[in-house]
Amino acid sequence: MTPAGLETKSDLKPPLWLLAELTYRCPLQCPYCSNPLEIAKYQNELSTEDWVRVMQQARKMGAAQIGFSGGEPLVRPDLEELVQEARHLGYYTNLITSGVGMDEARIKRLKDAGLDHIQISFQASDEELNNFLGGTKTFQHKKEMARLVKAYEYPMVLNIVIHRKNIDQIRDILEMTVELDADYVELASTQYYGWSRINVDQLLPTREQLARAEIVAKEYQERMKGKSRIIYVIPDYFENRPKPCMNGWGAIFLTIAPDGTALPCHEAGQLPIDFPNVKEVSVEEAWKDSPGFNHFRGFEWMKEPCRSCDEKEKDFGGCRCQAFMMTGDAANTDPVCDKSPKHQELLDDVERIEKLAAQEAAHQVEAKPLVFRNMKNSKQIVKEAADV
Amino acid sequence: MNINKADIPEIAPTFRFQWEEVQDCYVVLYPEGMVKLSGSAGEIMKRINGEHSVDTIIKDLETTFSENKLEDDVIKFLEVAYDTGWIRNKK
Repeated sequence: MTPAGLETKSDLKPPLWLLAELTYRCPLQCPYCSNPLEIAKYQNELSTEDWVRVMQQARKMGAAQIGFSGGEPLVRPDLEELVQEARHLGYYTNLITSGVGMDEARIKRLKDAGLDHIQISFQASDEELNNFLGGTKTFQHKKEMARLVKAYEYPMVLNIVIHRKNIDQIRDILEMTVELDADYVELASTQYYGWSRINVDQLLPTREQLARAEIVAKEYQERMKGKSRIIYVIPDYFENRPKPCMNGWGAIFLTIAPDGTALPCHEAGQLPIDFPNVKEVSVEEAWKDSPGFNHFRGFEWMKEPCRSCDEKEKDFGGCRCQAFMMTGDAANTDPVCDKSPKHQELLDDVERIEKLAAQEAAHQVEAKPLVFRNMKNSKQIVKEAADV
Repeated sequence: MNINKADIPEIAPTFRFQWEEVQDCYVVLYPEGMVKLSGSAGEIMKRINGEHSVDTIIKDLETTFSENKLEDDVIKFLEVAYDTGWIRNKK
């Protein structure tokens, strides 16, 4: 034990959460996907052996939760093998999926492999919008898979990403989760990173919409108490204080991208920082010693107004990626914070988008088309970036 | 939740209870979350296996720790564990 407040390297806690982004391949094309815009660049995926090694090393350090994610993790034919190994190592195993690529035989095989939990994402509560947003016809299939998840006694977590195009359907969405008997419901407001950032003009809800949705969410939270836990968080663009992003940089979360890049969060790949690759170093070296993971640990890196702020230990200055996207410097205060000199710019931008939404609703302007998340668009974006 | 001492609790299939070496304690794991248990909570949970009745669990704890008035504490913890859904009665 060291005196409170004294941070030394030996105090560094191990990762608790390992997010295994097995692949960026995905049959869906959701325009709010949090994957990097450069998904087309990630062709070299880690092998089964690589993943097994990573899981062993992280587990030995103390990671207790593993999330198999993507892209769509079901695309990997070795998913069952990886789940089995993870379970064998003692992880609580989470599969984060669209349900596309799933059938009853696979749900059973995953259960036999020891999978603990399946989280299925829905795009909306009605077929047309769900299929439009996902860019493919999947709605009935997803509902069928959700029923099977329940039948096989998995805890059921339904995740619905909320944005301007579906927020007004929140009552129908919640009714659907009641019908499917979900144990947990995550009404996850879109966070504006990756694909959702380039579609933000079309996706950000208005304050009015948020206020209406909140009333409905509260009603269902009350009604479903004891049966279903409903989590609803509004987009942080409407807050005055930033989120304690990832509970602190390199504090508990470890993401491994499909190519083996180790990241403190799944958005951090966009930062101009070198991150280690688990093909070259062990998980322990990446976590403890790499400059990337140590970059924003502690408080020394902070600038004003964070540095002298009495809330810095509460929110760690917010999100490094948001600071980078909005100010060009990842060490700046997250502009969500109203102490940030850039906060007004964020407010102005939200106001601009709200005006746009009103004009669209009144058919004064035509809505800009959404940029769907797929390899074709990614290649185009990568090419345009190279041309600049 | 009214607990009957003849009830036979088991860990609900949607939760997992295990020892975590690095944390040096028993934990309950659930989707994307983990609760670290105190020493006494761990000792109670460890005896819940779908075979032992509440009464057996209390007696076993009293014998193991040479104490004789553990009933209230155990029942109090079990109420929380039933309410949070960690355990359920074996059907």
